[in-house]
Amino acid sequence: MGMTAPALELVGLHKSFGRVAVIRGVDLQIEAGERHAIIGPNGAGKSTLFHLISGRFPPSSGAIRLKGRDIAGLPPYEIRRRGLARSFQVTNIFPRLSVFENLRCGLLWPMGYKYAFWRNVDRLVELNERSERLLEEIGLADRRHLPAGVLTYSEQRALEIGIALAGGADVLMLDEPTAGMSRSETDQTVELIRRVTAGKALVVVEHDVGVVFGLADRISVLVYGEIIATDTPDNIRRSEAVQEAYLGTARHGEGAR
Amino acid sequence: MAAVDAPRIRQERRRTAWRLGLWIAAAVLFAGLPTVFPSGTALTTMSLMGIMIVFALSYNMLLGQTGMLSFGHAVYYGLGGFLAVHAMNLAIGDRLPVPVIVVPLVGAAAGLLFGIVFGSVSTRRGGTAFAMISLGIGELVASSALILRSFFGGEEGVTTNRARLLRLFDWNFGPQLQVYYLIAAWCLVCMVAMYALSRTPFGRMCNAVRDNPERAEFIGYSAQAVRFIAFCLAGGFAGVAGGLAAINFEIMNSVNVGAAQSGSVLLMTYIGGTGSFIGPVLGAVLITFLQLMLSDATEVWQLYFGLLFITMVVFAPSGIAGILMMHAPLWRARVLHRVVPAYLLAALPCLLGLAGVSLVIEMTYRLTVKANEGSAFRFLYQPVDAKSAVPWIIAALLVIGGFWLFRRVRPIVADAFGEAMLVARRKGWA
Amino acid sequence: MLELVSVSTLNGLLYGMLLFLMASGLTLIFSMMGVLNFAHASFYMLGAFFGFQLSHWLGFWPAFVLAPLAAGGIGALVERYGLRAVHRHGHVAELLFTFGLTFVIQELVQMVWGKLPVDYRVPPSLDFTAFTVFSTNYPAYKMFELATAIAIFLVLLAVLTRTRIGLIIQAALTHPNMVAMLGHNVPRIFMLVFGVGTGLAAVAGVIAGPALVTQSDMAALLGPILFVVIVVGGLGSLAGAFVASLLIGLVQTFAVASNASLAGVLGPIMPGAPAAIRDLWDVTVAQVAPVVPYLLLVMILILRPAGLLGTRDT
Ligand SMILES: Nc1ncnc2c1ncn2[C@@H]1O[C@H](COP(=O)(O)OP(=O)(O)OP(=O)(O)O)[C@@H](O)[C@H]1O
Ligand SMILES: [Mg+2]
Repeated sequence: MGMTAPALELVGLHKSFGRVAVIRGVDLQIEAGERHAIIGPNGAGKSTLFHLISGRFPPSSGAIRLKGRDIAGLPPYEIRRRGLARSFQVTNIFPRLSVFENLRCGLLWPMGYKYAFWRNVDRLVELNERSERLLEEIGLADRRHLPAGVLTYSEQRALEIGIALAGGADVLMLDEPTAGMSRSETDQTVELIRRVTAGKALVVVEHDVGVVFGLADRISVLVYGEIIATDTPDNIRRSEAVQEAYLGTARHGEGAR
Repeated sequence: MAAVDAPRIRQERRRTAWRLGLWIAAAVLFAGLPTVFPSGTALTTMSLMGIMIVFALSYNMLLGQTGMLSFGHAVYYGLGGFLAVHAMNLAIGDRLPVPVIVVPLVGAAAGLLFGIVFGSVSTRRGGTAFAMISLGIGELVASSALILRSFFGGEEGVTTNRARLLRLFDWNFGPQLQVYYLIAAWCLVCMVAMYALSRTPFGRMCNAVRDNPERAEFIGYSAQAVRFIAFCLAGGFAGVAGGLAAINFEIMNSVNVGAAQSGSVLLMTYIGGTGSFIGPVLGAVLITFLQLMLSDATEVWQLYFGLLFITMVVFAPSGIAGILMMHAPLWRARVLHRVVPAYLLAALPCLLGLAGVSLVIEMTYRLTVKANEGSAFRFLYQPVDAKSAVPWIIAALLVIGGFWLFRRVRPIVADAFGEAMLVARRKGWA
Repeated sequence: MLELVSVSTLNGLLYGMLLFLMASGLTLIFSMMGVLNFAHASFYMLGAFFGFQLSHWLGFWPAFVLAPLAAGGIGALVERYGLRAVHRHGHVAELLFTFGLTFVIQELVQMVWGKLPVDYRVPPSLDFTAFTVFSTNYPAYKMFELATAIAIFLVLLAVLTRTRIGLIIQAALTHPNMVAMLGHNVPRIFMLVFGVGTGLAAVAGVIAGPALVTQSDMAALLGPILFVVIVVGGLGSLAGAFVASLLIGLVQTFAVASNASLAGVLGPIMPGAPAAIRDLWDVTVAQVAPVVPYLLLVMILILRPAGLLGTRDT
């Protein structure tokens, strides 16, 4: 450490909705090339934390640095342009666009097309090839022409992740990517995530313990808006405090699904 | 990789060729129409249709493509037209060497400019807020038009004379036929341009913003910027339509920037169908035709339009084009003929009901507004007296009978469509 | 001068309260159902024409009660048999449905009552001078209008803050998604809200009709101003609608009463009109009064895109 700034750095982050404090002082550093999982019981504030980092809400106080530059309070598109992409826990796609179009739209800005209204999208060879490849990778090649709104739930989940992966951002944040997927779909998705995030930073929220421990280099445990531990998977597994605060409740949570 | 993609590339090439063919067909059609319909009325009607096609397509850049419901699009059409008229008068007065064919560019520039000015205020928000703001700006311009007399010409408007501009070869664009060709050419150019626009990165992001403005921001696009650019470009094309109108009518007045004109383009676009490129074209042609025809046939034509519009909103929100698209798989699977009998069957109650409703409307009109002109009139070539009971009973029977029959026939139509669709699906076309 | 100011203030208050009668119903409907009722001013017009017709038949006071009930009833039917069918096509379709409705209502009104103003008169029992400000006789009917508007405002306030349904509505105002959780009677509540909202607009029509011109274009004239009110106030904010109603009521009334012009103000220091603003030179403020609400709208949008008291982003 030392020379380069961390991929993502949170300092004293707070967020309140009205009088309810949801994020209550989060500090965290994630290095480039690190895969970081955030776990915690339902309602702990994981999604809210994602929303703060990706610009959906401004934080109440605190700093968010992306590759050393402060991004707190910037609109989402500025943050995306600086290299942070995310997926949503509640599927958030373009329902009337075709599956292929959804992915292609995800690639437009990162490939530098911006608001170009003088080029034909169908003639942009590299754009279409990359969309095509992504379509294969998320396993929706036979759904390419369908409007995204008519896909099944798990297909929409795959598309949701696909849109976030498009463009290969330096920092990728996935909010419960495998929720609602079957075992084999989950395995494929994890494999895909592992491949595309090689050398980049990944922040993932997951309830699936297998995914978390299989994928993450480090894990943070968020409970009631505070990070109570950040450590390697092995140490987290062994930690008494974590066992007590989270893993017990999580198992209840899993059982309830 | 390349081997796998070969069929797809071939398919893409075929599509491109198909599209080119369609555009050429459109050009041939535009060029040939005056030969088929050479009468003066037909030429004025077709000229008006050409103008409205451009206007409606520009409107659909907002409503259909970007999901922006505007109640004030006539502002850009009207201001484009006014500046075109003033430009023409300036050219005539100063004897500038400007041919009339470039005048729509003035309209485009004006539409674009005002699009930038008003767009910067109104596109900050989407959805309902945008709709209301567009209405407010429409009213702002319409009510200013009555104050700024030297620009808008007060009640009478501003006139010009297109034949006094620079001649091109031996065309002075005085005769309606020459104006028709001018409008047809501009219409085709604008159609191609707007179609091409919908297939650019920007055009695709318009669709994305329409579907889900929030997610668009998370893939790098400012929804507001997308809306703003779409708004300016739509203003520019509306300005072209206004410029064409200025050439065609040789007059612009404050009605052209007003709420009625904005409502009319909304009506056309929506009834034609906002979901596809061809929808607004169909709507512009059909509604222009109906407006001219109905306003001759009945004085309460606006009521019919209102009812037609509401019926479309309730029963066919995807418009005429949407209904046609629904049948595309049947056409491809060659089973379209199977639904025809059911449709003919359904046409009967619809026509009966329509006749009943319009009889009621026309009779009421005779008894109220037109009371002093007597209650006798002709309806569908039959003499009718609104004061006697018989026509009212007939009308009631038509309405009730039509409604009753419609409810009976509806399942038959649905079944016929469902079965045909099933066949189409089995053949792999849906 | 003082005379002008006090009379204009009263008139402005009155106009503002009438605007609020309509804007409050519009806001309630919008907040609870997400539907912007484009035809809201059409119900105001229906109220005026029903009021005219019923007072012709039965006298003013029965009309005063029955006309809003009739218009509100029609509103409820429109919700039940029209809007509800369109609901599944989304908010744009709903807005367009009510947009089409404005055409139909206007044409129907024209068909029944014609295009010319009808003779809707102030009832004799209220046709006297309430008081005299300096030399202006202030009519009792206007005081009656003001009193009615204020009374309804107070009732509305009481219902919203004191009753169960009021609390539900308030919750819906701040948490629009909560309406879905109200349970099985949602459709009923929607119908009720729509009926009451349009009924309130009709009340404004019944009482404003005799004082203004009752004519088939009154909806088209007032509608846009109404939308300016709710956008300026902040879409979905009742308090905002109140402030904006009074603001626009006062500003427009004062504008109408003022005969100042650029020529009048600048004439002494500038001999003639500069060519660029020749049109504006002799125009009095009263003549630009129709533009004022829209100018205000643009100004507010530049300074506060969400409106005066708006928080909700739509
Ligand atoms: N916009 C909001 N306004 C008010 N409260 C909110 C808002 N968003 C979230 N909350 C509250 O913040 C808390 C944290 O929510 P969040 O969605 O971040 O939890 P989470 O850890 O992602 O839970 P889950 O595992 O269920 O996804 C919850 O109690 C929630 O009710
Ligand atoms: Mg969550």
